[in-house]
Amino acid sequence: MNSAALIIAEVVPLVTPETTFDVPANVVFAVQAVVMIFAALRVVTTKNIVHAALWLVVVLGGVGLNYILLQAEFVAVTQFLVYLGAVIVLFLFGVMLTRAPLGVSDDLDNNQKKIGIGVGVALLAVLSYALIESFGRSELTFAAYEGVAGPNTNGRTQAVSDAIFGQYLIPFEMLSLLLLAALIGAIVLARRD
Amino acid sequence: MTQAVLHPILGLELAYWQETTIRVLLGLVALLLLTGGAVYLYLFKFVSFMQSRLGPMEAGPYGSMQLLAEVGKWLQKEDIFTEDSDKFIFGIAPAVVLASTFLMFVVIPAGPNAVVADLGTGIYFVLAMSSLSVIGILMAGWASANKYALMGALRAGGQLIAYELPLILAVVGVVISAGSLNLQDIVAAQSDGAIFGWTGIGNPYILTQIVGFTIFLIAVQAELTQTPFDMPIAESELVAGYQVEYTGIRFLVYFIAEFATAVAFAAVASTLFLGGWQLPGAWGISDGAMNAIGPIMISTKAVLLVGVVFWVRFSLPRFREDQLQKLAWKVLIPLALANIVVTGVMKVVF
Repeated sequence: MNSAALIIAEVVPLVTPETTFDVPANVVFAVQAVVMIFAALRVVTTKNIVHAALWLVVVLGGVGLNYILLQAEFVAVTQFLVYLGAVIVLFLFGVMLTRAPLGVSDDLDNNQKKIGIGVGVALLAVLSYALIESFGRSELTFAAYEGVAGPNTNGRTQAVSDAIFGQYLIPFEMLSLLLLAALIGAIVLARRD
Repeated sequence: MTQAVLHPILGLELAYWQETTIRVLLGLVALLLLTGGAVYLYLFKFVSFMQSRLGPMEAGPYGSMQLLAEVGKWLQKEDIFTEDSDKFIFGIAPAVVLASTFLMFVVIPAGPNAVVADLGTGIYFVLAMSSLSVIGILMAGWASANKYALMGALRAGGQLIAYELPLILAVVGVVISAGSLNLQDIVAAQSDGAIFGWTGIGNPYILTQIVGFTIFLIAVQAELTQTPFDMPIAESELVAGYQVEYTGIRFLVYFIAEFATAVAFAAVASTLFLGGWQLPGAWGISDGAMNAIGPIMISTKAVLLVGVVFWVRFSLPRFREDQLQKLAWKVLIPLALANIVVTGVMKVVF
């Protein structure tokens, strides 16, 4: 369901800024949004667990494409590297290592379907409200990029790194610590001795 | 290749899509020529001489048309899908691997303007795109409905993830030195650099980043699943790993992808560590001329580095699976991290 929420977050803020987006970008966004919604639905409705993971590739790749449309090149490449190159690969790896029957399996559903739908709708409502409330019909401004050079330069990557290692240094380091703790925890749980 | 280059030669103004089409087509030609050349030079001839034999001699002068004959043979073969396989996934898996390879070539510069797309995130983009091939390999292994194929795909998954880390960490040293992710900036930083004030050959990063260069080459060897890291397709253990059920054109696609990736990584290594398309030192050559000389420079460097990969491939026996993982996690990654720390300190001090 996470992926569905992700797409919703991407699709809802249809603020249609006239100047930042040009027509080709809008067309690409429309096509990619439809593909992503279809793929996200297939993730939860397909009867084959590996197919579900592969549909997730389409969804997460679409998110990366979305970042490119928003002119956030560094974030887009990170999306491809981390989600497609590592997270999905670990999904597939884990699924294939444990059980990955070819063909249809009937035991992929459980009795939490209704709760899942509820959570998904609630998330959609909260995110839509938050985004519309904060941005309304105003144009996206790319605040971090103001004053730096356009595409094909390092300016935007530098803006991202300045933000991470300046303004947001403490949250960033806390997240690193959290990940490290989770990593050590996983090793402790997995060790047999 | 760009307006600046084509104006004097063709004398016409090009629209964006025309320029992009020309760039992509030239990039594809360069990719296939280099890949074919590397296969003939190393897989057919170099290894034959290492093993005291002549290699292919019949097709064309000195066997030089052998690769075309092989391609013709593969194209004629029947396209077989096994009974239980997942037909669609099995069919598109080679395309995923090939797409990942082709996308790597997009940002590799061969001259001041001779690049398909000069992205700001250059080297990061290359590494991200190279990591996508694992998805195709896992798809192939699973959809083949063959336990050897699945085992091979799982080995490939574990290996490629493990060696992606030293690969990326080895590059960080160069990025710190050059202060940019953009490959053109990295090339410029090397040609503008100086060795203790001497600017004769610039400052290729192989001199200051020799540790990073070594780690990068070892990791590339593993990413390419070439011996001594060829566990995913180990023919004596897994028949042919994830490729076991493939025939004809789909096998050909894997073959092209394997060697094209070798060329791509070699070109990236030459750009990062050997000065890229620049001539050593400032010769005062115009940008237009460098667009013609640059591709020759980077091709030469890349083909020589592919030679190193094959030299190692045909010299060393295969590692064990646990030795492979130990080398990545216990040797290469700590070494690469130490290299980053030292590079960072040196960057601040000097």
